Formats: sequence, structure tokens, C-alpha cells
Amino acid sequence: MFGDYSLSDLGSIFVMQGFAGLILFSVFVLMALGLAIIFGQMGVINMAHGEFMILGAYVTYLTATFFQNHLPGLFDAYFFVAMVLAFLAAGALGMAVEWLLIRHLYRRPLDTLLATWGLSLILQQAYRSSFGAREVGVDLPGWMIGSLQATETIEIQINGLFIMALTVLITIAVGLMMFRSRWGQQVRAVVQNRVMAGAVGIDTGRVDRLTFGIGCGIAGIAGSAFTMIGSTGPTSGQLYIVNTFLIVVFGGAQSLLGTIASAFTISQTQSTLEFFTSGSMASVITLLGVVGILMLRPQGLFTLKIRR
Amino acid sequence: MMQNDNPFLTRLDWLSLALLAALLLVAFPLGLDTFRLNLVGKYLTYAFVALGLVICWGYGGILSLGQGLFFGLGGYCMAMFLKLEASTVENTKIQSTPGIPDFMDWNQITALPWFWQPFHSLALTLLLVVAVPVAFALLVGAAMFKRRVSGVYFAIITQAIAAIMTILIVGQQGYTGGINGITDLRTLAGWDIRTDGAKLLLYFVNAALLIGCILVAQSVRRSKLGRILVAMRDKEDRVRFSGYAVASFKIFAFCLAAGFSAIGGAMFTLQVGFMSPSFVGITPSIEMVIYAAVGGRTSLFGAVYGTLLVNGAKTAFSESFPELWLFGLGALFIAVVLAFPDGLAGLVRNRLLPWAGRMLARGGKPAPVRPGMVTK
Repeated sequence: MFGDYSLSDLGSIFVMQGFAGLILFSVFVLMALGLAIIFGQMGVINMAHGEFMILGAYVTYLTATFFQNHLPGLFDAYFFVAMVLAFLAAGALGMAVEWLLIRHLYRRPLDTLLATWGLSLILQQAYRSSFGAREVGVDLPGWMIGSLQATETIEIQINGLFIMALTVLITIAVGLMMFRSRWGQQVRAVVQNRVMAGAVGIDTGRVDRLTFGIGCGIAGIAGSAFTMIGSTGPTSGQLYIVNTFLIVVFGGAQSLLGTIASAFTISQTQSTLEFFTSGSMASVITLLGVVGILMLRPQGLFTLKIRR
Repeated sequence: MMQNDNPFLTRLDWLSLALLAALLLVAFPLGLDTFRLNLVGKYLTYAFVALGLVICWGYGGILSLGQGLFFGLGGYCMAMFLKLEASTVENTKIQSTPGIPDFMDWNQITALPWFWQPFHSLALTLLLVVAVPVAFALLVGAAMFKRRVSGVYFAIITQAIAAIMTILIVGQQGYTGGINGITDLRTLAGWDIRTDGAKLLLYFVNAALLIGCILVAQSVRRSKLGRILVAMRDKEDRVRFSGYAVASFKIFAFCLAAGFSAIGGAMFTLQVGFMSPSFVGITPSIEMVIYAAVGGRTSLFGAVYGTLLVNGAKTAFSESFPELWLFGLGALFIAVVLAFPDGLAGLVRNRLLPWAGRMLARGGKPAPVRPGMVTK
């Protein structure tokens, strides 16, 4: 399979595929971070996570259209506004959903799964009714178009670099929030021992709502970043939900570091395989590998001991 | 529930069985034209999956989100037999390789791959329709339950397996027919399955098989096995510490559910005349869970009524307001979980029967209290 390529070609191929894998990795991390908080920390299966992501993408689309029509001078900066709006919109919807739906079902995780699947169907149809069934794309600001020519055979896209930088920033922010802020301390306390956390005066209901909201908000940001490299349709979210859940489970549900490590492993495997076989076989092999490893090691790569 | 005077079927079960049989075997065939009857037959094939989920999820507490996989495997096994029969050398002489299915020829495959070879024989096909999915369920179940993977994790992994299977079927179109599936099926051992008469007969075979599966499920439910399943669902550790091999019981329930689904899939292929990956993936698999949930997750008969009701509503809505159907289905998921966790069967048990009991009691003696009726 290597016969037709010279050594330097092969080097370039690995670098380019590695870079494509890094972009995939960034998107996976952004999607999985929100889920790692909601599923890993709270134990809630949110099947509508993909739809929260798409909400962020549509908010970005609306913001881009608004800037194009009313503030063309500031178009270069619209993305930052869109990201904040996407976070707020998805977060607000998330908190509303937690209050209306999820909080009644904390003791029945499998039922949460069915209810949030219902929610995802409703959201999909709502997107289809308001934005149409066709996929929509946004115009990138001028500075994000183009690529850096690293060597003769290697080029790197700027929007990909931007997404990677964004992912690093958001990951650091989430890490700081979880491990340095008072909210993070409370979340971890509630995860470790809900009853005791309540007994020492933590409002566990409020922590739950906020946690769910922030997880959904991060999904919104992921959707917003997603518009930079692809178009958005009403059912785009569903394509990613299985991958995202597998990443979180594979990494060890309670560990943020595990989530990142598993997103890296899965994305690199997939993008390298994609070059040698078809795209569909690459995902089949990758996913089968993940499922196989999970059967041997159900607790995932990284585990955290907690009291149940 | 442990008394010896507890028969295989209680009076209420007999009544439900008679009602269902009357509905499926008499009322539908008399009241519906061939097209509608065929449609009901299609819905009833989903009821096999719902029935499996009642045993596996309602009784065993194992939620599988990959039942479409077993439905699809059964369906594909059946479809391949029909396809091979339709692709005789005579019928396919315009192909570059006559005698193999058309989709293989389109994808430059020149010989039937080894794994489709057994499907030349009807007897072997009928065996494999059930054996392949059950063997697959055994493999997955043994790998996961022995390592005590359960609950949410099991749901996610079964879902992933269903997704992988869909990608595989769509991607390998030379071997599987790809996104279009296996189509253009004509005869079963020389008997044309597309005529009205054949459709009527297949409907009755399907309904009879469904009732047979209900009786099998009922015998599991009534046996000690069924009680262990319920005990395991409610307090798994206590059952394990009492010395039962919890994993083996779970594997059994999962395999039984897979077997039922496979029969449903094969009957689907026969009645509808094709099989495609759109019945294998995540969306159909989760939709089939809602059939069981609407009927009442612990009710065998409820599974059938739930399937008919949801699919009937789907067809009615899709004909008149296609936009609204997804809203309706989504709301149904949420409503069943939040407001009616026991589904239709819960409504019948807790509202209709006591009411009927009171109505009857007005004339004569007071209605007896039946504590054993609510299974929760």
C-alpha cells in the first residue's frame, strides 16, 4: 500500500492527515467537553446534545447574516459575538430543559435517555420548520480564509488553526472552572456524594441546573466553531452523537483528561485510516476498535474512584 | 406471586389473549382491504421487536438501543435468500456475470462471496435467520455482561454497534446492496410473494408467529427465570449475592429479544418485499423502544398495541400533516416517560380495570382486590 509514494510524499501525507486529524480532534473535544460535564459529572444521558450544538451553529448563521446586512464594517469580528450568543442561547435552553424535564428524571437514567431523544426530535423539526431542510453555511471573515504554505507539499488551513486555538482556550477555561472555581468545587462535591453535599449547604438543585446549562452552552460554542469548517442542517447533530458518547465513555466518563486523550486517539486513528481505505471503512474500523476495547475495559481509559 | 395455584395464564391473560387474537386474526382481515392489511402486517413485524424489549428491558432492566440491528440481520438473511432465488442465470443474463444479484454485478463483483453461499438453501436460511442474530447477541451479551457492563453504558454501546452496522452496510454496497438495501424480491421457493393471496397468507403467518412469540415470552415471564429477571432489575447485587449467575440470565434475555426481533425482520422482508439499512440504525432502534414504552414496558400484550398505535398515528399524521409528526413523536417520548411510565397497560390496570370492577360490583358482590396485578 506504500509502494506508490516516495518517502517525502509519505512524510507529507502523514503530516497533512495528522493535521486533518487535529482539526477533527478539536471538533471532537469541543463536542465531548460539554457531554463530559453533563454525562460524566451528572450522569445524565443527553441525546439532544447534538441539537444543542446545532443551535449554536444556527445562532452563528443568524449573527453572520445580521452583520452582513446591518454592520458590514464589523463583519471581521462577528464570530466572537456569535460565539458568546451561541453559548448564551444553548445555555439558556439547557437550563430551561433541566428545569422542565431532566430534574424529574435523575433517578431514572434510561428514561432520561428516551425523553432527551424526544427532545432532539422536536428540536430537529423546529430547525427544519424555521431554517428549511437544506444545509446552510456561513461566510467566513476574510482573515480566516486561506492557508499557510509550510513546505512545498504541506499546507495548513487558517480556519483549522483557529479552531485548534479555540479548543485549547476553551479546554483550559473548562479545566479552570472545574478545578479552581467555587462552582467547580461544588459540582465535584455533588458528584462525589450528593447527600453529603446537600447536608453541608450546597444547593444541589441549583448546581445541577447550572452544570447542565454550562454543558449545553459549551455544545453551543462547539456548534459555532463547527460552522467554520462545514455547513449545518437540521439533522447534522445526530451524525455526531454516537461518536461523542463513545469518546466520553472511552475516556472514562468522570475524567476530563480521559475525554481529551480518547478524542485524540479516535480522531488520529480515523484520519490516518481514512487515507488508506474509504471514509466509511475508516469509521467502522475505528468505532469497532473502540467498542472492542470498551468490552475488555468497560471503565474506559482513565478512571476516578467515587463513592456511590 | 409464588402460589402453586398460579396458572400459566390467569383469567385476565386469557381474556387479553383472546381479545388480541380476535383483533389480529378476525377483525383486521375482515375490516381492512389488502393494502391496509399489509400495512398492519408491517407494523406487527415491529411488534416482535417491542415484545423482545419487554422481556429484555421491562423485565430484565437491560435497555438495548440496537434492536434494529437484529431486526435487520434477520431481514437481510431472508432477503438474501429471496434475492438469490430471483437472480437465476436466466433472469440476469444481461449482466456481465449472470447468476449473481444485480447490485453485486453493478459493483464489479464476479462471484458470490462465501458468507452469502448458505442462503441458496431455504432450510438453512430459516435456521440462520434466527441463528445469526442470536449468535451475535450471545457474543455481545457475553462480552459485556460478564464484565458487569449494564444500564446506560450498555445502551450506548449497543447503539454504537447499530451505528457501525449501518455504516458498514451502506459502505460495502457490493456485498450488501448499500443504501438501497436488497430490493426486487419476487418468490419464496417458487411461490410469488407479491400477489394479494400471498400477502393475505403471510399476514396470517405473521400474526400466528407473533402470538406464538407472546406465548413463549409469557412462559418465560411465568417461570422462575422471569422472577429472577425482575429481581435482578430491582436489586441486582442481592440476586448476585444469593448465588445466581446474573450475567447468564441477562445474556439469555438479550438473546431471546434478539431472536424475536430477527423473526420480525424476516417477516418484514417477506411482507414488504425489501430490506434496507434504514431499519438497522439508531433512529429505528430507539423508535422501537418507544413502541414498548407506549404499550407499557412490562406488558407483553401492551407491546403489540403500543406498536400498532404509534405506527397508526405515524401513518395518519404523515399522510395529512408531515410537518407535525416529529413534534408528535418527540412529545410522545417525553409524555410517556414523564406522565405514563407504565404506558397503556398501566392505564388499563390502574384505571380501566378497577372502574370495570366497580361497575360489575354494583350489581353483585364487591370486586376482589388483586394485589398481584401491578408488577412494579
